Amino acid sequence: MTRLESWGRLPRTSDSEAFSLHWQSDFLNLVRRKGTTLLPYGLGRSYGDSCLSDHGTLLLTRGLDRFISFDVENGIIRCEAGVSLAEILKLVVPKGWFLPVTPGTKFVTVGGAVANDVHGKNHHVDGTFGHAVCSLELIRSDGSRRECSRIQNHDVFYATIGGLGLTGLITWVEFKLKKIYSTKIDQEVIKFGGLSDFFALSRESEHNFDYTVSWIDCLASRENLGRGLFFRGNHAKTPTLDLQAGMNAETRTKVRVPFDLPSLAMHPLAVKAFNLAYYHKQLAKNHVSQVPYDPFFYPLDAIHDWNRIYGKRGFFQYQCVVPFTSGTDAIRDILSEISKAKLGSFLAVLKTFGDKPSLGMMSFSRPGVTLALDFANTGDEVLKLFDRLDGITTAAAGSVYIAKDARMSASSFRHYYPRWHEFAHFVDPRFSSSFWQRVTKL
Amino acid sequence: MKRVLILGANSAIAAAVARIYANDGAALYLIGRDTSKLAATEHDVKVRGASIVVTIAADLVDTAKHDDLIKEAATALGGLDVVLIAHGELGIQSDLQASVPKTLGIIASNFLSQVSLLTLLANYFEAQKSGSIAVITSVAGDRGRKSNYVYGAAKGGLCVFLSGLRNRLSASGVSVVDIRPGFVDTPMTASYKKGLLWAKPDQVAKVIVESIKAGRDIVYVPWFWRWIMLVIRSIPEWKFKRMNWPS
Repeated sequence: MTRLESWGRLPRTSDSEAFSLHWQSDFLNLVRRKGTTLLPYGLGRSYGDSCLSDHGTLLLTRGLDRFISFDVENGIIRCEAGVSLAEILKLVVPKGWFLPVTPGTKFVTVGGAVANDVHGKNHHVDGTFGHAVCSLELIRSDGSRRECSRIQNHDVFYATIGGLGLTGLITWVEFKLKKIYSTKIDQEVIKFGGLSDFFALSRESEHNFDYTVSWIDCLASRENLGRGLFFRGNHAKTPTLDLQAGMNAETRTKVRVPFDLPSLAMHPLAVKAFNLAYYHKQLAKNHVSQVPYDPFFYPLDAIHDWNRIYGKRGFFQYQCVVPFTSGTDAIRDILSEISKAKLGSFLAVLKTFGDKPSLGMMSFSRPGVTLALDFANTGDEVLKLFDRLDGITTAAAGSVYIAKDARMSASSFRHYYPRWHEFAHFVDPRFSSSFWQRVTKL
Repeated sequence: MKRVLILGANSAIAAAVARIYANDGAALYLIGRDTSKLAATEHDVKVRGASIVVTIAADLVDTAKHDDLIKEAATALGGLDVVLIAHGELGIQSDLQASVPKTLGIIASNFLSQVSLLTLLANYFEAQKSGSIAVITSVAGDRGRKSNYVYGAAKGGLCVFLSGLRNRLSASGVSVVDIRPGFVDTPMTASYKKGLLWAKPDQVAKVIVESIKAGRDIVYVPWFWRWIMLVIRSIPEWKFKRMNWPS
C-alpha cells in the first residue's frame, strides 16, 4: 500500500493505519471498536502534518462521495464530505453555478474545504468557504450525530469550520453556490514594480473585481523588491450557452510529473531565471483578455503531482497574514529576509483579505494582507529562515496558516490562534493529528 | 432514455455504473439489501441526472421473490433495456471449507440467485427481441485455486451458464455480457493488501457501460487480465496443483 503523504511530503510520519469509509455506517462500526486516534483524510492537499496522524488511523473519506441534493433554482447543494470541488464544478457549472469560494486547487474535498476554512481570490467580497456553508452534519466517536448551523449547535458549527477535522467526522455539508452566466473570466494582468504599487492596485481593484491575486518575484531585491504581476477578474457577464463547452476545455491538456525530480531542478539559479522570465514575459503594463475559468483559478491543476518537482525531500510553504496597520512594513521585512537568504521559489503569492471576519474559532483568514511562498526542503537553513519570519509575523500581530504548516512552534501557535484553548473543548476525544499533538504538547 | 435495472445496486461497481447512466438521464431501478445505503445511492443518482429512480430493498438470495421483482421493475420503468447483475459475496475460504452450510450459502448467493434471475430475464428479453444482460463474474471463475475455489466455482459455473444463454439469445438480438473483473478496490476487498494490479470501481464501471453499448461477450477488466488468465489457464494441472498463490 502506498504511504499517505501530505502535499509538501513533510514531515515523514511512521506508517499510520488507513481505513476507507464508503458509507456513514462504516464509521459507526469502526468507533465501536477500541483503537488508535482517528483523523479524516481527504485528498491530502494540506501541506504539512495537519492531515497526518503519526501512529493513528486515517479515515479515508473519498468513498463518501455522494451528492444528496441540488436546488438548481437557488443554487444550494448538499453532498457528502468526500466529494471533491472538481466533481462539484462538473455538476454545477453546466447549470450556471460556481463554487462560492475556491482555493488554488480543485482537488480538495468539501470536508477539507470546511475543516481548513479555505479562502480564494474573492476573499475581499465573499469571505471564506465557511461563509457559504448553511449547515453540516457531524458524527462523533461516541456515535452521536448532530446537525450544525448558525442556529442549531452553533458553537459546534463555529468549532468545526476551520476545525482541522478534529471535532468529529463531517458526513455532509450544505452550502450556497454562486450564480454565473459564462464559463469565462474577464481577466486583467497588470505589471507592478513594488509593494506600494501592489497596495494601491488592491485598493483600486477591490470595488470592481470579484477576484484579485498577485504573483511576486520573491528573489528580486532592493529597488525591485516586491515587483510582480497583479491578476484581477470577474465572471464574464455576457450570457453564453457554452457552459458545457467550458467544462470540456478543462479536461484537455493534462500532464503529470511522473517521478521525483532531482533537487537540481529547484536550484536557486533556475528559480531566479524562471522568475525573471515570468515577470518580463508580459511586455505591456496592462493585459486584458477573456480566459476559461479553469486556468484562471487552477493553473497548477494542469500538472498532476506537481509537488514532485521538489524531489523526495519535499517542500514547505509559508503562508502568513498580517493586519493592514503593520502590513506594508511587515511584508517588506519578510520579503527582504527571503531575498537575502536566496531561498524563495517561483510560487510566491500576495493577496489582500477583506474585513469579513471568519466564522471559525480556528480560521486563518483575517483582515490584512497574506503572503504565501514555497520553499524546497533544504533543512536547517530554511527552518531558521522560518523562525525569523515567525518573529516578524508575531511582532505584526499576524498569523500563519495551519493548512500549509509543518513546523510552527507550540508557542507561535498559541499566539496565532488565541482561541485554541476554547477550541480544544470541541475536539473529539478519539480524534487527533500530528499537527495537533505537536502544538498542544507542553 | 435508457431503462436500466441494477441488482446489487449498493456494490461499489454497480453504484459507479448507476452514476454513468444517471449522467445520461437514464431511468434507474435499483435493488439492494441495505435500505439506508440504497437511499444514499438514490439521492446521488438523482442529483447526477437520472430521470426516474426507484429503489427496492430485497435479499436476492430469496429466489421466490425474483419473478415479482422483475415484473415490478419492468412495469415501473415501462420496459427494460439494460440489466446489470452485480450482487455477490466473497466469503472467507477457511470458514467455508469448515462448513457445508456456509459453502452452500456462497454457491447460493453467487450462482443460484443469478441463475434464477437470468432464467426469468432471458425469457423477458427473448420475447422483447432486444436488450442487454450484463453480469459481473470474476477472473476467479477461470480456474480454481485453493485460496477461493468456492467463490471461484460459483463464478465459473455462472460463466458457463452465461455462455449457453448467449448462444440461445443471439438469435433474438439480445446481448449477454460477461464482465470478469480482476482485483477491484471495493469494500468487498477491504482486507486485502492493494498493489499495482488493483483497479478502481470507476474504471471498471466505465468499461462495463462501454461493453454493454458495444454488445461485447466476455470482458476482462482491466484488459490485461485476459492475458494473465490465459497464462494461468495454460499451466498444466500437475504443476498447478502444487502452486501457492499470494491471494
